[in-house]
Amino acid sequence: MNVKKRRRLAFAVALLVAASGGTWLVLNALGPNVLYFYSPSEIQKEHVRPGVDFRIGGLVARGSVIHGKGAAVTFKVTDGKATVPVNFDGVLPDLFRQGQGIVAIGKLNDSGTFIASQVLAKHDARYMPPEVEAALKKTGRWRAYADPNGMIKAKAGL
Amino acid sequence: MTGELGQLALTLSMALALVQSISGLVGARPNAVRARAMASGAALGFFVFIALAFGCLTYAAVTNDFSLLNIAQNSAVNKPLLYKITGVWGDHEGSMLLWLLVLGIFTAAMTVLQRGGERLTSAALGVQGLLALAFAVFTLFTSNPFLRLDPPPFQGNGLNPLLQDPGLALHPPMLYIGYVGLSATFSYAAAALITKLADAAWARAARPFMLAAWIALTLGITLGSWWAYYELGWGGFWFWDPVENAALMPWLLATALLHSALATERTGAFKTWTLLLAIGGFSLSLIGTFLVRSGILSSVHSFATDPERGSYILMMLVLAIGGALALFAWRAPQMEGGAEFEAASRDTTLLINNVFLVAATATVFIGTLYPLALQAYNGAKISVGPPYYAITFAPIFVAMMALLPFGPRLGWRRGNLREAVRTLLPAMAMAGVAFVVVLVMVAPRSVAAAGAFALAVWVMCSSVLDLVKARPIRALPLARWASVLAHFGLGVTLIGITGTTVWRVSALEVLGPGQSMKVGGYTLTLKRVERVRGDNFVAERAIVDVSRGGSHIATMGPEQRNFPLQRVATSDTAIRTTGLSDLYLALGDPRSGGRWTLRAYENPLAPWIWFGGGFMALGGLASLATRLRRRATVAMTEAQGVPAE
Repeated sequence: MNVKKRRRLAFAVALLVAASGGTWLVLNALGPNVLYFYSPSEIQKEHVRPGVDFRIGGLVARGSVIHGKGAAVTFKVTDGKATVPVNFDGVLPDLFRQGQGIVAIGKLNDSGTFIASQVLAKHDARYMPPEVEAALKKTGRWRAYADPNGMIKAKAGL
Repeated sequence: MTGELGQLALTLSMALALVQSISGLVGARPNAVRARAMASGAALGFFVFIALAFGCLTYAAVTNDFSLLNIAQNSAVNKPLLYKITGVWGDHEGSMLLWLLVLGIFTAAMTVLQRGGERLTSAALGVQGLLALAFAVFTLFTSNPFLRLDPPPFQGNGLNPLLQDPGLALHPPMLYIGYVGLSATFSYAAAALITKLADAAWARAARPFMLAAWIALTLGITLGSWWAYYELGWGGFWFWDPVENAALMPWLLATALLHSALATERTGAFKTWTLLLAIGGFSLSLIGTFLVRSGILSSVHSFATDPERGSYILMMLVLAIGGALALFAWRAPQMEGGAEFEAASRDTTLLINNVFLVAATATVFIGTLYPLALQAYNGAKISVGPPYYAITFAPIFVAMMALLPFGPRLGWRRGNLREAVRTLLPAMAMAGVAFVVVLVMVAPRSVAAAGAFALAVWVMCSSVLDLVKARPIRALPLARWASVLAHFGLGVTLIGITGTTVWRVSALEVLGPGQSMKVGGYTLTLKRVERVRGDNFVAERAIVDVSRGGSHIATMGPEQRNFPLQRVATSDTAIRTTGLSDLYLALGDPRSGGRWTLRAYENPLAPWIWFGGGFMALGGLASLATRLRRRATVAMTEAQGVPAE
């Protein structure tokens, strides 16, 4: 075997090792580290089990926000058809308001309350997370309107 | 008037791009001297007219010309002047014009420098002209920034307040210089394939553009991460958001390209591979642009979404990537094989570097696109978060950094591994010391952190060894400075990331005036919350006394800002840094009885993350400087047919 062939072979082996190692890492990592998204009505429909991490999205139901001790807070997330209670002890985003679209990451406990580890809301009052928008469209609670400047704005009909 | 002038200039530049692409490609033939002259002229003309169009839009923004839809939607009378100017690229239409302007600047530089010979330059200008044409058509027909609004409103909608920030004002131009700089590299690679001049000349000609692109991407990503840190108020610096990944992927491939092109230039190794990387780097820039602009992903970066734009960019993407790969598949097999090298040589280490960097790119690519693919496949909405990257991306970088110090110590083609190990012994010793010191001295104890520190010290010390060995320091060639600084910066960034991730302390409490909380070694006392007014916002500012060990050391003022025009609230964090550690305060929401939530973080070593980015960019600048200084020598050695050393 001359130098050139040996080099080619070494290169091919290195590439194969790297590619299979990479694939192994990726497949291992993707399985347990993927978060699914469910709207409140999908949670009931899909029978999401307690203890599994996922993302929930919807609007913060009016009159449902109750501040507890310290930073603890409870509120309800709704998509117009179903409502899920959420417990959270941590940093609420700047624009966390009643009626605002939010996405939270966490899991259900045995009594069906969502224990959030993170609550996300975007900083723009006009902004709606796309998953929440889709969920609201599904339940027929979404309508868009145009404001005088000709810009299309969206508003949830809740 | 400015609107019409801008529209005219943009239309003319589109026509000139067409001329440039045709004459440039014709000029790639050996005797087409006149076509080459025409391509050069058209390229300069494109630059002049696109600069004029950009000037018109800037003028309209500064003079509050709300008869332009674009200005009305993104500007306002009481917006500070700086943000009127930077707001020009704060929306989709204006940012496309900025993209074209940067493209024009790079094309003009290609014309003026004329590197790699006339035929190669002409073909590169032709390919670049095709790209310019595609983007000009896109801007003019789907994203025209000069559309009129009738009747004009008295006040505009204003710019997204999150974007009203000096750090972010520079972030888009930097990323665009990066993306478009890679387009110049792409054009040279395509030109090399078209003209069959695929020796080292094209890599040498494209090098300054590659470097400029890499420096700009490095700075752009650093700025973006820094902005996310102080503006979003969560104390994090990187979220593995798909939009962040869209900038990271081209950076990773551009890094691989810089290293592989080095070998191509010096020894003629990896010829076809370097061409493929050049095509891949720009392709990932286009894919990133598509992901961000089509509205498939949502973030601060997604502008008003429009399916027409998405499908146009997708078409452009398919044509550019498909065309380039087809050209590659057709011409690359005709090229001569690369030069030979031994197992223990710098060439081998560069090969390993490339395998790791490409694998890292692939993991980010899969993590970013898998959710989109799955949603298209079965409608499931999923997201891939930091844990995925912690077990895929991180190990690849760890392995790469462990091997990194050997590279610069081995010779081209044939190196002496034993000698390299011997010179690296001090660095190994230092890394061992760092491991033990961090493990024993720093609480909470963390083996992972100690390992990361050892790795960072290993890379940094091996870089510094070069400086210590060179006597006097001035004798060290600029090209070595480039690798020393860039690799040192990588170590610095790793230390910053490790420190912040492992030893961050956070606290969140609801405080009334006069009440205190503790974070790390600090005691924070809320004095009062007062209302302050800015140009276009009203803010609640908390006055917080910071003391340590009973003695007062600072007063900090985190704010909660409200922009009435856009109905947006942002938190303006207060950060006090010692260079070794950040004390980071963000004001949360008001509670009953005049109480406020206050979040505090102590982020050890956080500033090092961005210092490291700065070092890396400096390394890139040093390399760019050697290129511009060595122009004359390179031209000489090229004429003699000797590879430049």
